[in-house]
Amino acid sequence: MSAPTNGPRQYRTAARRVRGLGAARTGTSHFIVQRVTSVALLVLSCAFIVIVVALTGRNHATVVQVLGSPLVAILMLLFIGASIYHMWIGMQEIIIDYVHDDAPKFTALLANTFFCVLTAVACTFAILKLSFGV
Amino acid sequence: MAETSTPRLKPRPLSPHLQIYRMTLTMAMSIVHRITGAALYFGILLVTWWLLAAASGPTAYAIFESFIGSLMGRLILFGYTWTLIHHGLGGLRHLIWDTGRGFEEKERELLTLATLIGSIGLTILLWGAGFMAIGGSR
Repeated sequence: MSAPTNGPRQYRTAARRVRGLGAARTGTSHFIVQRVTSVALLVLSCAFIVIVVALTGRNHATVVQVLGSPLVAILMLLFIGASIYHMWIGMQEIIIDYVHDDAPKFTALLANTFFCVLTAVACTFAILKLSFGV
Repeated sequence: MAETSTPRLKPRPLSPHLQIYRMTLTMAMSIVHRITGAALYFGILLVTWWLLAAASGPTAYAIFESFIGSLMGRLILFGYTWTLIHHGLGGLRHLIWDTGRGFEEKERELLTLATLIGSIGLTILLWGAGFMAIGGSR
């Protein structure tokens, strides 16, 4: 969108801006989700760090066994899910802060979504494969 | 707020842009919070590689291990550790601010400094403990 020109016609109240749902068309729900995921990630990141430290330098068979065990797999799935949701919103925030023209903005937002969905599916698939074998 | 019938003749003031402000610790840490967030965004690729390599088999995992075990890999992992911890502590600070607390000058400076010292301290502690536990025996 072009930058709003200053003047009486362009004056919008806070409520109007919220109803307009912001530059990414999604309103305040992301603000809340970003905080919910951040609280989850405070705990899940600690779990992630412990898992990584515990598996550093271990051989492949051990890594497979540990990552595929129920508790670790569930924690990893939650960490991946919360992280990537949080990342998706965060990067969207960055994009709409710095990219104002429609074409590059929506291209960047689309790329952000694709990147997040791709990494989320890849990580989830890997963890499930480690858990269920094949 | 209702629209007033009289048109507003004076243009509303716009926020001044970044460069007119003196750099402060809270401002620097706010910028760092965003940069670490962006870094972690791309850092997920490393996690994805790790998980996919583990799921793919010993050969793929050996390639990942040789990368992460190299000096470059270790440096990236060290940076990743600090970035994650710093962004996490920064997030915690923001959650405290979300409750409306900690906005006094002393408090916000203290919170911000605690984030920085905490993240550096915890990273060194974690890697120190890691090296002690592993002891290079594996």
